[in-house]
Amino acid sequence: MKIHEYQAKEILRRFKVPVPKGFLVQGAAVAEEIYHRLGTAVVIVKAQIHAGGRGKGGGVRIARSPKEAVQMAREILGMQLVTHQTGPEGKQVNRLLIEQGVEIARELYLGVVLDRSTGRDVIMASTEGGMEIEKIASENPELIFKENIHPGLGMRPYQARRLAFKLGLSGVQFKNAVSFILALYKAYSETDASLAEINPLVVTTDGEVMALDAKMNFDDNALGRHPDIAQLRDAEEEEPTEAEAAQYGLNYIKLDGNVGCMVNGAGLAMATMDIIKLAGGEPANFLDVGGTASAETVGKGFNLILRDPNVRAILINIFGGIVRCDRVANGVIQAVKERGVTVPVIVRLDGTNASEAAEILAAADIDITVADNLEDAAGKVVAALNRE
Amino acid sequence: MAILLDDNSKVIVQGITGAEGTFHTERMLAYGTNVVGGITPGKGGQEHLGRPVFNTVQDAVEATDADTSVIFVPPPFAADAILEAAAGGIRLVVCISEGIPTSDMIMVNEYLRERGTTLIGPNCPGIISPGLSKAGIMPDFIHLQGGVGVISRSGTLTYEAVWQLTSLGIGQSTCIGIGGDPIIGTTHRDAVELFNNDPQTEAIILIGEIGGAAEEEAALWIADHVDKPVVAFIAGVTAPRGKRMGHAGAIIAGGKGTATEKMSALREAGVVVSDSPATIGRLTQEVLQ
Repeated sequence: MKIHEYQAKEILRRFKVPVPKGFLVQGAAVAEEIYHRLGTAVVIVKAQIHAGGRGKGGGVRIARSPKEAVQMAREILGMQLVTHQTGPEGKQVNRLLIEQGVEIARELYLGVVLDRSTGRDVIMASTEGGMEIEKIASENPELIFKENIHPGLGMRPYQARRLAFKLGLSGVQFKNAVSFILALYKAYSETDASLAEINPLVVTTDGEVMALDAKMNFDDNALGRHPDIAQLRDAEEEEPTEAEAAQYGLNYIKLDGNVGCMVNGAGLAMATMDIIKLAGGEPANFLDVGGTASAETVGKGFNLILRDPNVRAILINIFGGIVRCDRVANGVIQAVKERGVTVPVIVRLDGTNASEAAEILAAADIDITVADNLEDAAGKVVAALNRE
Repeated sequence: MAILLDDNSKVIVQGITGAEGTFHTERMLAYGTNVVGGITPGKGGQEHLGRPVFNTVQDAVEATDADTSVIFVPPPFAADAILEAAAGGIRLVVCISEGIPTSDMIMVNEYLRERGTTLIGPNCPGIISPGLSKAGIMPDFIHLQGGVGVISRSGTLTYEAVWQLTSLGIGQSTCIGIGGDPIIGTTHRDAVELFNNDPQTEAIILIGEIGGAAEEEAALWIADHVDKPVVAFIAGVTAPRGKRMGHAGAIIAGGKGTATEKMSALREAGVVVSDSPATIGRLTQEVLQ
């Protein structure tokens, strides 16, 4: 789960990770009062959306007077902010974080993330603050310093010291950086985060070490034991169809193609998208109806797919293990009839009770194409697209 | 011979009296799996499906000499169930449960390494050695005993590949669903090594998907150690970046873990990579000839 920067900073503050003083606002007029309360000559007005690259898109601005703060808040609130992570349509800005300005001496990078190949958490630091870590990793990997975290021992002070020395810090800066690193790991670990990234981590002219920006993601599987974090979910940031699908226990992701698909199992669902592409189409969605596909879930799946106006054909690919194909067949027939589906529907059902399912589909007085196997299904999708 | 599981395996089921546990234990018994008992804390001394129920794994192992455990326990308690199995002396733990927190799995893997316990999963269909034993939830009738070892991160996609093989008359030595989570017990590389050392296995099918670098790690190992033919399929060429595709571990993060990278790593290792999920069986038939 993703959260906003201001929410991440609230969590960090709780774990004594230094962050600049700031206030969340949802209207522009209040920016004047906040400017005075922050008490710095310069304040930063930052759009709060779940995407990186906000600065380049015009979502982060510097105000040098109360009037400017109001002006900028007015300009950013309600805008469709486009960044490299939002897609061309951008995301509407509904909230702003207004923060005090800090005198920056150095910009660094600090991030905690799961290293899947070692199966352990890793903390990464770099002198190249402000740049994307992926970019540093590919261009200057020698500028990234790492410490693996032992699951039993946790992050140890010597590891934080090693990182701080490698970042070239000394004196009060060094001391502050070590406590910052330890506190950040504690925040990551105790909240079951899957990412805690501080970019840039700044060293101020008076030696303070502070999170100028903060990004935290959380392990969905652990939200059950962190109700305080689960309630930070911002429904406005989620694709509405995807959120609706989740309510039915379906896993739906909208894509840009012309062939809708409905599959049981995530791996087979991805493979089905791939075969649509190989057949000359483009997948319109990812849809995993799960291990217990029933007539009802199939109906819900049709509703989601048909809502997409780009869909020119639908491929249903169910490999019945626990799921019985005859039940799925009945669900498909019922859904096609009830919804008056007009695009070609290609159905491939295999596994448990597949022959009964084939008989049911053959006997039905609806216009669907039955495929015998995955290859046959792909061919029939192509044929359906070419017939148009 | 098969790998990890055969007709000598003595299997217990953790969570045997629950709905899932009951349903799948019945099917395992019907397949001929030697299920010697089950665990449900507080129900020790009872009998379920004609098998004794124990309070703890330790009790079950002492009474039955069980060496394998299949776990059907809700995700908040599943990590603890895996630890209990390992502590109780179980050699092979198969965890079906989906939704275990990652931090729990990091800790579990650390302990299992110390104990020398093998874990399959979590979030997986389990393991089957056709004709010998099944410890999992896969539909068994699609399998055929034979010489192809199958490894996969996904459930139904494994069934698809297995069914293609069986339809061509090609049998399997053992099929392992290693699970779709970012942190799992047995990895692609581990399973490839086991199949490589198994005299019955003539060819290996490796099914992967986007996310992580486990397929690339397996490819490196294959290049140095494996002479048996390996056929691979990687799901998710069309998956968008930064979106989690159903499985917790199936995500292209920071531009890493794409299907294309995995496919080229495998090709460089001499693996036959199937571009289509529909041709896994046929390509395996070709490499066997």
